[in-house]
Amino acid sequence: MSIEVEHVTKTFGSYTALNDVSLKVNDGELVALLGPSGSGKTTLLRIIAGLETADDDGHSAIYFHGENVARRLVGERKVGFVFQHYALFKHLSVFENIAFGLRVRPRRERPSNMQIHDKVSELLRLIQLESFGRRYPSQLSGGQRQRVALARALAIEPRVLLLDEPFGALDAKVRQGLRNWLRRLHDELHVTSILVTHDQEEALEVADRVVVMNQAKIEQVGTPAEVFHHPASEFVIDFLGNVNVFHGRIEQGRAVLSGLAPAGRRDETAAERRNHVYVRPHELEIERHLNGSPAIPAAVSRINPAGAFAKIALTTSEGDIQVDLSLERFEQLGLVPGETVFVSAKKARIFTPDYVI
Amino acid sequence: MATPVKDRRATNDPLWLRVLLVGISVAFIGVLLVLPLVAVFVEALRGGLASYFANITHPAALRAIRLTLLAAVIAVPLNLLFGVMASWAIAKFEFRGKSLLITLVDLPFAVSPVISGLIYVLLFGMQGLFGKTLAAWDLEIIFAVPGVVLATVFVTFPFVARELIPLMQEQGDEEEQAALSLGASGLQTFWRVTIPNIKWGLLYGVILCNARAMGEFGAVSVVAGHRGRTNTIPLHVELLYNEFNAPAAFAVASILALLGLVTLAAKTFLEWKVQSQLREPLEPATAEA
Repeated sequence: MSIEVEHVTKTFGSYTALNDVSLKVNDGELVALLGPSGSGKTTLLRIIAGLETADDDGHSAIYFHGENVARRLVGERKVGFVFQHYALFKHLSVFENIAFGLRVRPRRERPSNMQIHDKVSELLRLIQLESFGRRYPSQLSGGQRQRVALARALAIEPRVLLLDEPFGALDAKVRQGLRNWLRRLHDELHVTSILVTHDQEEALEVADRVVVMNQAKIEQVGTPAEVFHHPASEFVIDFLGNVNVFHGRIEQGRAVLSGLAPAGRRDETAAERRNHVYVRPHELEIERHLNGSPAIPAAVSRINPAGAFAKIALTTSEGDIQVDLSLERFEQLGLVPGETVFVSAKKARIFTPDYVI
Repeated sequence: MATPVKDRRATNDPLWLRVLLVGISVAFIGVLLVLPLVAVFVEALRGGLASYFANITHPAALRAIRLTLLAAVIAVPLNLLFGVMASWAIAKFEFRGKSLLITLVDLPFAVSPVISGLIYVLLFGMQGLFGKTLAAWDLEIIFAVPGVVLATVFVTFPFVARELIPLMQEQGDEEEQAALSLGASGLQTFWRVTIPNIKWGLLYGVILCNARAMGEFGAVSVVAGHRGRTNTIPLHVELLYNEFNAPAAFAVASILALLGLVTLAAKTFLEWKVQSQLREPLEPATAEA
């Protein structure tokens, strides 16, 4: 089922959480709302769920499959909501937690005990916790609780699945596993899903499309590849990974770096900003000698070859930069801390003022 | 590390100090709490079991017991209802005057019970604000059973709310939101999610509320007026004592003392229960699939 959000604004007192946000999520899609804390992503999710209402300014609307649900109560919207801290019912067993949404249905629509039992067993199998039905939430690990919360939300056969920082409270290893599992589950069930996260890696890895949010607005919507390789704004490139910011310009498709630029000053003029060149660490090249192409001198300060890339930290006359070299190239160069090298850019980006925040 | 013995000493107070502190505490509790309690039962049973039972089954004593029970039976459910509503409102909603409401809930604790009794006399007494109206309708509140009940309700007003407000504030409303998102109605959410989460705190509040309802003296004493007709157990104890009928006074007092002990036991049990629930064995399953 498709979800359309139109012109939603939400203020809490004098604080604006969402500023005229519009978004379309296609049927069966898994979309990630990505942004720093305070960007409004959780508020947007809660408004879609009906746990929060948008400011009533006359032209905001939320459509589920073309039907405006903005005035519907949360219970009527049939959304599966997975809370950041799970919000499992402490006093109920895992089985009863999952069965809750079925048991509270009006008598006419309520499934029989047999049907409930079958449904819950099926869901327990789905979340790979078949033998845990009798346990209580306090007897489960974080990852298991998260899966129970998901099963509980799925039990009502929701039209939409909404997940608020679903893996936020878990350690890295469990998070990675659950993330892959969630993606497989989504491919199996194809229920339209929106996931909120502040972890760019998580968003890029799991989602069909990523919605990057900042300061109550949407910065960019696109596939993971689009937002990563063609960021629409300085904020997006900065938020989606490490980036070096230089003064410089682009000449005939090549970056001409003239030194480091202070990143992210808000009071810059557009003309000043145009001189900023953004280069990701893996898009920089290190050379021992000048070979005619524009480059700036830098001293190697730290080398970390543990990983898929060798991470080289360098100091220039105006500040620090980071370069990721392939391990082959790193070995070929044989860098040692302290030596002076030349850094040039294989690829770089400039943001025209239209795109700038 | 070189002198581990000294290290251990540093975290332990000297023996004499420990003995002294524990000794003072025990002596204090013994003299002020245990001794009087024992004295009540010794005095009550001085004339033998037969006269003890005669004393507590005396018609006047039975009337006092009946009125005390009546006051408690009305006051406790009323304050239970009020306490749940007030703490729900305070914990789950944001509204103007919230801090004023919290302060007002505590009012009966802050005001001397005698004053609260007097206020009811001023409001509902013959010369009081509503005195004429009440007289016209032939309603008696002060110096009658309704006055006793009213005073009891007022004095025991904060117990349930005081117990629930911090509990519900701490629990937040995520579970309620989850229930609503799963399609539960407001009432279903209340019975299936909220009540189970607060049940121990609720019971604790009810027990304390009940103990106070049965034991209240000051406020009830002011509004009860005619001894004999509107006596509760505490008032009856005083009456008997003033009539130099010490054995009967102690016999009736022993009922209250017994109630106190039961309350204490129930309170301890509940605290243990809540603690053990908090400390529930956290044994995450071994297989993290």
